[in-house]
Amino acid sequence: MSTTTPAAPTTKAAATKTTHRRVRLTDRARKERNLGWMLAGPAFFVMVAVTGYPILNAIWLSMFDYRLTDPGAKSFVGLGNYATILTDGLFWRQFGVTVIITVVTVAVELVLGFALAMVMHRALYLRTALRTAILVPYGIITVVSSYAWAYAFSSTYGFVNPTFGLGEFDWFGGTWSALFTVCVAEIWKTTPFMSLLLLAGLAQIPDDYLEAAKVDGAKAWQRVKRVILPNMKAAIMVALLFRTLDAFRIFDSVFIMTAGAQNTETLSFLAYRQTISRVMIGLGSAVSVILAILVVLIAVMFVKVFRTDLSQQRGDRK
Amino acid sequence: MKASRSTQLFWIAGAILIILYALIPVFWIVSLSFKAGDDITNKQFLPTVWSWENYKTVFASDLFTTALRNSVGMSIIATTISVILATLAAYAISRLEFPGKRLVLGVALAITVFPVIAIATPLFNLWRTIGLYDTWLGLIIPYLSYSLPLSVYVLSAFFREIPWEMEQAAQVDGATAWQAFRRVIVPLAAPGVFTAAILTFFAVWNDFVFGITLTSSEAARPVPAALAFFQGASQFSQPTAPIAAAAVVVTIPVVILVLLFQRKIVAGLTNGAVKG
Repeated sequence: MSTTTPAAPTTKAAATKTTHRRVRLTDRARKERNLGWMLAGPAFFVMVAVTGYPILNAIWLSMFDYRLTDPGAKSFVGLGNYATILTDGLFWRQFGVTVIITVVTVAVELVLGFALAMVMHRALYLRTALRTAILVPYGIITVVSSYAWAYAFSSTYGFVNPTFGLGEFDWFGGTWSALFTVCVAEIWKTTPFMSLLLLAGLAQIPDDYLEAAKVDGAKAWQRVKRVILPNMKAAIMVALLFRTLDAFRIFDSVFIMTAGAQNTETLSFLAYRQTISRVMIGLGSAVSVILAILVVLIAVMFVKVFRTDLSQQRGDRK
Repeated sequence: MKASRSTQLFWIAGAILIILYALIPVFWIVSLSFKAGDDITNKQFLPTVWSWENYKTVFASDLFTTALRNSVGMSIIATTISVILATLAAYAISRLEFPGKRLVLGVALAITVFPVIAIATPLFNLWRTIGLYDTWLGLIIPYLSYSLPLSVYVLSAFFREIPWEMEQAAQVDGATAWQAFRRVIVPLAAPGVFTAAILTFFAVWNDFVFGITLTSSEAARPVPAALAFFQGASQFSQPTAPIAAAAVVVTIPVVILVLLFQRKIVAGLTNGAVKG
């Protein structure tokens, strides 16, 4: 800019004018920056302060042998707690339970959610009633829905056994049947959310595509497989990601329905029990950290698959 | 697509099935709550005699009424603060250029990914040290940080659809950025803010993990946590029926919000997730 200054007075005037405008522009940009941080700052601060510190604190404490009832014996063990956990069969069994619950519920929810979304998309009547009804499981407190299902399956109070002629069958007496009830409760509660996300994807498919497929003689399931599913891949991935992360952290329904009995403990439950019930702060923190790492790994995996998938899709279209 | 009569019937049948699917467990807990005395073990869907007894028990119990007061109070306070902070942040994110914008969004995403239980246990330690354990504030703070990401995403999605030009026009007419925000954007954004408030309320109202880890008494324990520790009229009677009644009471606000605002809730959920 300085090279332009030793010029004729007119250009000089013009030059000062532009510099002046530039200063005002940066001034404006600076004001925008300040306003941006003024507005976003408080929310950012609350999010970071309340989660950032506990996360770091958990990582720190996870390296100590520390029992709340015996603080004098607190000692640094490095990665010892992690070794203890990862070599314990109990941890792996709970990991397995968590994975089973996650895979089963998310798979069923995807299929069921898709069916729900199709009906919501196509039904011309009962639309409002349908959407209202479906939001009730979404909005209801998880603890409440867990109780509803626990009592429904209960051999003392429930209507499930008499309805299906199962006599006195004790659903909560065995690992698999207890896990089944937990999965049913989870699926009931969270399928509506899944179906709404899928509905949003479904609504973005132009009707012409389906018309064209129909004219070409595609049967209903062919239209679903060849036209609908490929065109709502993004919505499916988002729905799967949200639900998988959520399902992996399952806690409320296990706590209420089985309290971890019959080997139905999940990883979240393990973290809770170590810290709060057994006050093994160090060990519990290590479980929390492992759980967090696993969740992040799942998220990263999804995003990776998602990216390659989308770019492939784009490649196909070209 | 014009559907024939028979396909329409098929979809109607599907719709009725879904409505039954969604509502039967709710009717079941309602029916359970009206079963008095030994009726609770009749193992039938409906009570033989409908009775308000369980509701009387529940409302006569301090444990439930204090928990209800805690839940209502903390949910309203947390929702209000969360939505105000999220509205400001979402405005900045969708309208302004500033360094660190991606950082804010990244942190929000990281929090939604991070397991609640992994935060709750360190907070349990921290709160006990600084005296926030078993207080309203001790729960409201984590509610804020956990509901903020959701409301920030939902609101940014809404704000992105508000016409830019209106704000610029106001600024050309001499309004400052702040005035443009308050006079032009706020009225346009109000429906989105309202939706975010409903979703935030649902999230906070639903909390269980913080409720059981960060409280030890009636001082701050919210209803979902209180339900898990509920005792019957005497220590030896099963609390099943009162729990059912209490469960129905805390479901009523959810049902009312859903009935009144189903359209907004659906829009909020799908916008925030797919476009956000």
